[in-house]
Formats: sequence, C-alpha cells, structure tokens
Amino acid sequence: MSEYLSAYLNVAMFAVVAFCFVAILLGVSAVVRPKKENPVKLEPYECGMVPFGGAWSQFNVRFYVFALLFLIFDVEIAFLYPWATVFRELGITSLIEMLVFIFILLLGLVYAWKKGVLKWV
Amino acid sequence: MGLLIGIGLALLVIVLVLTHIIVFIWCELKIFAHIMDRYGPIETGKFHGVLQPFADVLKLMNKEDTVPGASDRLIFKVAPFVVFVPAFMAIGAIPLSATLVVINLDIGAFYIIALSAFTFVGMIMAGWSSFNKYSLLGAFRAAGQLLSYELPFGLTIAGVAMMASSLNLITIVNKQVVPNAFIQPIGFLVFVIAAEAELSRSPFDIPHAESEIIAGYHIEYSGMRWALFYLAEYVSLIILCSMTALLFLGGFKGPILPPPVWFLLKVYVLFFILAWIRITFPRVRPDQLMDLGWKVLLPASLLNIVLTASIIILLPDIWPVALAVTEFTIVIATLIYLGRTRR
Repeated sequence: MSEYLSAYLNVAMFAVVAFCFVAILLGVSAVVRPKKENPVKLEPYECGMVPFGGAWSQFNVRFYVFALLFLIFDVEIAFLYPWATVFRELGITSLIEMLVFIFILLLGLVYAWKKGVLKWV
Repeated sequence: MGLLIGIGLALLVIVLVLTHIIVFIWCELKIFAHIMDRYGPIETGKFHGVLQPFADVLKLMNKEDTVPGASDRLIFKVAPFVVFVPAFMAIGAIPLSATLVVINLDIGAFYIIALSAFTFVGMIMAGWSSFNKYSLLGAFRAAGQLLSYELPFGLTIAGVAMMASSLNLITIVNKQVVPNAFIQPIGFLVFVIAAEAELSRSPFDIPHAESEIIAGYHIEYSGMRWALFYLAEYVSLIILCSMTALLFLGGFKGPILPPPVWFLLKVYVLFFILAWIRITFPRVRPDQLMDLGWKVLLPASLLNIVLTASIIILLPDIWPVALAVTEFTIVIATLIYLGRTRR
C-alpha cells in the first residue's frame, strides 16, 4: 500500500479508536453511576426557577448576515490555500489575479460595513 | 498489519494526550490559584494536590447522568461523540519531530483546521437538543463566534503556507530558519487571538459565560458526558498550542535539546501564556467580539496575505528581511497610534 493511502488509513484508525474510547468511558460510567430519576430532575435547568415555555421557540438569529459573509470569505480561503502553495512558480500574473480577487471581496466587506450589517444589535 | 499498527499508534497517542491533559488541568488549577493569590488544591495526593485531576475523574464517573425529559434524546447522546472524535483525530497530525508523526499528510495544516471546526457542530447539536433556552443561546453564540474567527484563523495559516510553499507541517517547520513570528508579526498576533477565540476561553468565553447564560451549550450535561466536552476542550487547547508552536515558533527546532523536548517546551510555555490571559482579562461583550473579528482581525489577516504575496514576488532575494521590516513597522505604528488615542 502506498504511503499516501496509509496516512489516510491512520486517520480512519484514529476515528475508530476515539469512538471506542468515548463508548468505553460512557459504558463504564453507566455501570458505576447511580440512577435515581424523578420528574423534577428531568426538567430543564433554569437556576431553580420553574421553567416556562419551550426552548424551541423563535430566536432572533443575529448572525444570519454574518453567516452569509462568512460563506463568501470561506470560499475565498478555499481558493487561497492551493494558490498559496504554488504562487511562486506562477509568478506575477497570479499575484495580480489574486490581488484583484481579494480586493473585490474586501470591497464587499466594506460595503457590508457601511450598510451597518456588522453591527451587533 | 497496517491496520494493527494504526490502532496501536492511535492508542499510544490517546494515552499521551490524556497524560498531558491531566498535567494541564493540574497546572491550570495551580496557576489560576496562585495568580488569584490563593493555594488551589493542596490536600489530594499530599504533594500540592497532584492527584486532584484523578479525583475529579473518579467523581465524574460516579455522578448520576440525567437526560432532560423533553430533549431530543438521540442528538443529545450523539453530541459528545461529535465533539470529541474529530478533536482527537486532528491531534494525530501533529509532528513531535521531523519523523515522529502518526498521520503525515501533505495538507496537514488544512486537515487540522477542518477537523477542529467540527467541534462547533457538536456544540450546536448539544445546545439545540437540550431543550433549554440558555443552552440554545449558548449554541447560537458558539456558532456566531466560529463564523467570525474561523476566517482570520484560516487566512493566517494561508499566510504561513505561502512562506513555506507547503501545507505539510513538517515542511513548514523545516523551512523556518528564523521563527515565522519574527517575519510575520501581524499573522502571529492575529493567529493567537483567533486561536483563543476558537477555544472560547476567557476573555472570549461568550458561548459558555457562566454569569450570563449559566454554562452555555452544556448546561444539561452531567457526569461523564459533560466530562467529554471538557476533555475535547483540552484536546483543542493542545492542538492550538501545538499549531502556534509549529507554524510560528519554529516547532521542534532548537539547539542542544532533542526536537520533541523543544516542541513540548514551546507548547507548555504557550499553554502558560494562554492560562495567564484567561485568568487576567475580563470577558468581552458579544458586540465587541464581533467588532474585533470582522473589523480588526479579518482586514489585518488580509493585509498580511497581500503583503506576504507582494513582497515574495517583487523582492524574491531579500523577502524575509523586507517582510519582517514592513510588518514590524505596521505593528509598532499601530501600537503608538493606539497609545496616543486611547488614554
């Protein structure tokens, strides 16, 4: 087997071992620990108050626009990584292309900033 | 055969990691205590409470583990796995020396940040499935923090990859004649701040701010399930300290002492500095956190990339010196400006 594949085989083994480790820890604890349930114990914890309403209600998801911005920049990072490893061989053309790319995205950030999107109200 | 070796190595790594986590927990208890001018654990194990972490583990093993009645039971039980397993998978790619590495990938740095981002999925699963308003708020806060700090974090790693022309961690270390922190001070500062926020440790512990939302996404967890969140947090701490050491401080390079010793030394010094920051600074507000991430760190990391790329291409012979001079000038000018304006 090639060295390349064996590295990824190790990744899989790490996943298996970590999974088993967690399962064993929880299993041992399940044997050792006491189990005395009562209805009050199973209520949501709100610092001792009687909980009111459900938790899965509507929330103001403030980071929605942040998420959109994040998506754009994350794709940029995905393009940057391969470029970063080879840009020396590609020379000045690729540098200018990447600068234009970064500049356009930066323009987007400045636009969002001016529009007040980055304000956490 | 390869399978058995892989399993053996993974077991070895899990033992090593747990040993270091136990040392970390004890050190942290003592560092916090002494900075706060108290003793910390002193009785357990006779010598300065060295057995305190073991006592904690035994106590957590024996603790009753409740699953809230109204929760989504399946997701609630799967969340600790999702938090811990990727964190542990990432740690295998960290080299202790030029040859001592279990998972040697060409894209090592990318592999580690990709897997450490998974932890947040587990946090959101935990927060949502608990059926508790505060844990859901904590999960939302965790998501917001990930979105804001993943960007500068990833961009600074790209900056390092540009200098080494590789994403392999061993190559990155071998190409550092001078530690990268002295060539890219902007990248280094952004990386350390973003790493602290990724760990959601104080001053960036907004996802589990005790005085605001009790404990964030893991309020409803108790016993061993809670301990797994705690463990995963320390695994991430080790990963980020190691990444800082490898990418910016010359990793396992150093005179006289053998490479793994140098590496661990750097990791422990970084760990001490992070613990010091954690206990000294007050918590920031969510809006301050977002401002810092989007208006300071993201432009700074983009500037770092543009400077690095331009100087490497335009001055191919003297780029390390030119880059260091430029970036240090910018950092010092910013500090002087801040010192003059914010009294």
